[in-house]
Amino acid sequence: MKFWRVPLDAIEVEVTQGVVHIIEDRCKGCGFCIVYCPRDVLEESPHFNAKGYHTPRVKKEGACVNCHYCETICPDLAIYSVEAQPASS
Amino acid sequence: MRPEVLTGEHFLTGDEACAEGALAAGCRFFGAYPITPATEIAERMALYLPEVGGTFIQMEDEIAAMAAVLGASSAGAKSMSATSGPGFSLMMENFGLGIYTEIPCVLVNVQRAGPSTGLPTMPAQGDMMQARWGSHGPYEVIALAPSSPQEMFYQTITAFNLSETFRLPVLIMADEVTGHLSEKVVIPEADAIKLQTRKLPRGRKDRFKPFQPGPDEVPPMAAAGEGYGIHVTGLTHDERGYPAMSPEAHEKLVARIVGKIRNNRHRIIQTESYRLDDAEIAIISYGVSGRSSLAAVDEAREKGIKAGLLRLITVWPFPEELIESLAKKMKALVTVEINLGQIHLEVERCSRGRCASFLVGHAGGTVISPDRILESLEAIHK
Amino acid sequence: MTTKKNQPTHPLDSLVRTDRIPHIWCPGCGVGTAFSSCLIAMKSSGIDLQKTTMVSGIGCSARGPGYTNLDSYHTTHGRAIPYATGMKLANPQLNVVVFSGDGDLFAIGGNHFIHAARRNIDLTVVCVNNLNYGMTGGQVAATTPSLSKTTTTPQGNPEPPFNLPLLAFASGATYVARWTILHTRDLTKSIEEALQRRGFSFIEVLAPCPTGYGRRNRERPLDALRFYQEKSIIKNDAHPADIILDYQKGITLGTFVDVEKPTFTDIYEKTCRLDPAACM
Repeated sequence: MKFWRVPLDAIEVEVTQGVVHIIEDRCKGCGFCIVYCPRDVLEESPHFNAKGYHTPRVKKEGACVNCHYCETICPDLAIYSVEAQPASS
Repeated sequence: MRPEVLTGEHFLTGDEACAEGALAAGCRFFGAYPITPATEIAERMALYLPEVGGTFIQMEDEIAAMAAVLGASSAGAKSMSATSGPGFSLMMENFGLGIYTEIPCVLVNVQRAGPSTGLPTMPAQGDMMQARWGSHGPYEVIALAPSSPQEMFYQTITAFNLSETFRLPVLIMADEVTGHLSEKVVIPEADAIKLQTRKLPRGRKDRFKPFQPGPDEVPPMAAAGEGYGIHVTGLTHDERGYPAMSPEAHEKLVARIVGKIRNNRHRIIQTESYRLDDAEIAIISYGVSGRSSLAAVDEAREKGIKAGLLRLITVWPFPEELIESLAKKMKALVTVEINLGQIHLEVERCSRGRCASFLVGHAGGTVISPDRILESLEAIHK
Repeated sequence: MTTKKNQPTHPLDSLVRTDRIPHIWCPGCGVGTAFSSCLIAMKSSGIDLQKTTMVSGIGCSARGPGYTNLDSYHTTHGRAIPYATGMKLANPQLNVVVFSGDGDLFAIGGNHFIHAARRNIDLTVVCVNNLNYGMTGGQVAATTPSLSKTTTTPQGNPEPPFNLPLLAFASGATYVARWTILHTRDLTKSIEEALQRRGFSFIEVLAPCPTGYGRRNRERPLDALRFYQEKSIIKNDAHPADIILDYQKGITLGTFVDVEKPTFTDIYEKTCRLDPAACM
């Protein structure tokens, strides 16, 4: 992403990273999470789940900022994110 | 502050005595909607419930009143409402919910003459079949028919006890005359009144199944807020309370709902016999008609007619075996009721053609006079 | 369930009867989102969940309470509010949440809604408004926009719909808000606030019904969400008479009413309990 103005402390601010979890069997393929993810992390998977729906899948590993929006808009309790463990230094 | 049990001798109407019975039975929620001739029950509860720690609310209609009663009982309070014909009709759907989700409560119908608005201030016993079958689907009910203010007091307590024991809404099918009649009512000491309360769950809360019955076919009941996390639905449900959409689950649940009353009918049914031992003609009656019948029996005996009376205190479940055994002994059974033949049909069914069966009844608006019963007895006797 | 090994459980699973999931709601239906928001709000509000009960009537939304592991009551059509009223009055310690649909709460149950609001019974009422009767296959409701097609208005709806927040306000509700399922954060915050307020709180949640309403009005679930995104105007504190829900002009969202008034129980305790003579 390109910014026309960058905050002075941008380098110091740690952006939370999230890991998306998908419970495939609960998904009904509405696509809400895919369309409304603010970081465009998800895409429709060509794969069908047990009920015949296309579930979402992560297309940009590491792009999730753990905002939980997918978790709240999902009508099926089928997706959620947890904070990624910071890489051990 | 008044005591919960108004021990002593009082001059009360049936409606007032009913309210006193409810207070003595531990009723702590009343969902009301005014209707003649049941309003006085609500009025007395409005006055005294707050004094004994209960809550009274006049709802926006009888549908809401019945729903609130079920809700209050779900939250743990012994609850009650009182109405008459038109309101009774409106309550029927939620009555069915109470039956199916097994919520104890008491519903009083002080019967007036119908159909429709009918004769609001005049007596009838025309809702007896509605009491039995008014809500949709197969089920069993318990309905009591008091015939005096004193009985209004006691039967209200009995109704609460039965509702708590068997987990269902219990009906008190009174009538305008019994509701408005003033008589002496003796209220005993609180210690002398036996009260039942719903069976409570035991064991681990997370393993509790809200509709798993005990040996008596009645499940223990958890109230909302006690930490059991129960689900209660008017859909056909399994023992966990989850919706179970299959004919098998439906058969199982309905069989239990029906069975817990049918199989316990001997514990439930109360009747009163008068001069039946050597009788040839038995009158079957209940409520205010039971009183007319009592007078008619004495007058008939004076005229040499061997009449007796079986007064039904419990109308539903119907005392089938008792009527059948009477039919074997009697020449005729005469049902006296203020309608065009409702309990009469049950009497006929249970007598299985073993003896003649007659109805003394009319469409409602007044009591049945002993003279009219006597006339029939004389005609049958000839 | 094909959750991957070592996968943590869904954060709402602790409040859900997971053995009943997946739920009955159709793909693209918004009830599930409103339901999740409600659960998130219950968790974050800090209320005692053991003392919290969900009550519903009949309909798609009314199935919600059955999926929580809280005490929940799925009652008769339209009667969730009087049932909840009885519960609250019998045990004022309970937090009573009514979660039901627009047909249930405002057509068959409309009378109960206005009276509970007038009495200021301490309830939180979440109404999922999907503009039609979904469970029975998409019939016209008291909330269906004029001229919309439903199975019982095949030529278009000749009736105007209710403005639900205005109705709630006029009836005396002390907290009134409207959101859509797209505005999950505002919605969740609103429900959280409503749970913490004493008094009759009402939250309308606009949600798509692709199977019932959408199919006959050329509105796929994502179309509805796009519409919510493009046409929503958030106006907190707007007068409920001024808010709109119009496919051309837009939808006003926000928290419109947030006032404090004594509840039914407060007044009952004062007028009836302490001085019995006041009841005479």
